[in-house]
Amino acid sequence: MSETETSTVLSILRERFDAILDGWISTQSDEGVQRTDLFSHKEGREQTSSLLRAMITGIAEGDTGSRFDLSSEPWTELRTVLVDVTQERSARGVSPSDMASFVLALKGPIFFQLQELLADQAGELVEEIFFISRVIDAFAVYCTEVFIAERDRIIEQQRDQMQELSTPVVELWDKVLTLPLIGTMDSARAQEVMENLLETILQRQSEVVIVDLTGVQTVDTQVAQHMLRMASAVRLMGAECIISGISPTIAQTMVQLGVDVGEVTTRSTIRTGLADALNRVGYEIVHKAKQ
Amino acid sequence: MSVPEGALVSVCVLLRDRDVLHARRVAGQELEKLGARSVKKTRFVTAVSEIGRNAVMHGGGGEARIYSQVHPPCVTVVCRDKGPGIADVDAALCDGFSTAGSMGRGLGGARRLCDQMEIETTVGKGTCVTMVARL
Ligand SMILES: Nc1ncnc2c1ncn2[C@@H]1O[C@H](COP(=O)(O)OP(=O)(O)OP(=O)(O)O)[C@@H](O)[C@H]1O
Ligand SMILES: [Mg+2]
Repeated sequence: MSETETSTVLSILRERFDAILDGWISTQSDEGVQRTDLFSHKEGREQTSSLLRAMITGIAEGDTGSRFDLSSEPWTELRTVLVDVTQERSARGVSPSDMASFVLALKGPIFFQLQELLADQAGELVEEIFFISRVIDAFAVYCTEVFIAERDRIIEQQRDQMQELSTPVVELWDKVLTLPLIGTMDSARAQEVMENLLETILQRQSEVVIVDLTGVQTVDTQVAQHMLRMASAVRLMGAECIISGISPTIAQTMVQLGVDVGEVTTRSTIRTGLADALNRVGYEIVHKAKQ
Repeated sequence: MSVPEGALVSVCVLLRDRDVLHARRVAGQELEKLGARSVKKTRFVTAVSEIGRNAVMHGGGGEARIYSQVHPPCVTVVCRDKGPGIADVDAALCDGFSTAGSMGRGLGGARRLCDQMEIETTVGKGTCVTMVARL
């Protein structure tokens, strides 16, 4: 056990565990952060008491004074419980500020007990309150970080899902495929798109593929290289590749970048790309009246 | 290079491809706010994309700082990494030079795409590229 500036708090927590637990829970309900609409009393009590137990372990084994560090080893159990409780509560719709208030509500009952025990030792009372306050504040900050990390994870997950959605290979006509690219192309995505495309060429016995860049705003060397690689792979499979949707802006930018498309056929719009593709497989689009 | 013109708008960490997308998006938004035309914006965004990705790929990650100024209107992006540095900047600027087996057009292309670009690099210490787009 290390030196602790909160020895009275530690003995209070151990000896008056139930009193503090009850105090904490009733402060939660006084402040309206108990959320009995989302948690049964039993669940709330279990969470609260496991937090309190983990806190005892942390104070007993770790530093609470000037070297207090929530990320250190003795506080592992507490961090784990905080993460569990925060994730469970956020999943049920508890807000970050309610979560922080829930944790901070522990101060009241501890201060109250301290005041009783150290009534005539003002110096020690202030010191213990000071240090235990810092510890509990750190818990609240940590909960907020867990919240943010959880949101980030969800955002990233959604982004991945969106990327999967946006790479369909569509058969426009017999032997003609189109691949409308949308958004950004990093290496992982380019690889996925390419595999998908080559597989479809084989299945459908396609002869022409239109890769449309209308939905791609920025064509840098990375995107250009993926495009050119895709075009040569398509050609190796015996099909032709047309890259369409090269806007005037993108054309100028590519020239200044020094990207040379070589033999690859490019078209400014998907419309001209389509007419060209149909032509190559022996079809023509004609106006009915003029037939 | 001297202190960038204008006020610091954003600091973006560059660790992954995704971070480069974010940095270039912020740079594009700043140009839009100043009323830049679409060609100007696309060119600068592409330059930031190249330099940002170099910091991730060759520089082991870094940071992009984006500055914006209204009078005279310009956006500046300072992209810094603590990677191996570039031994021969003139060679690296040449089209086709790459130590990564890619096109090798990023550095030279980026310089053509912005209105002003400066490279400060020290072998073993890192690289700092400053790009400016003026309206
Ligand atoms: N931030 C950096 N740190 C270290 N070396 C770099 C950095 N930026 C560029 N280089 C070096 O300069 C070379 C040329 O860079 P450039 O961006 O022109 O080409 P590339 O990144 O290899 O290929 P790409 O055409 O895909 O950008 C790189 O291969 C690398 O050796
Ligand atoms: Mg590059």
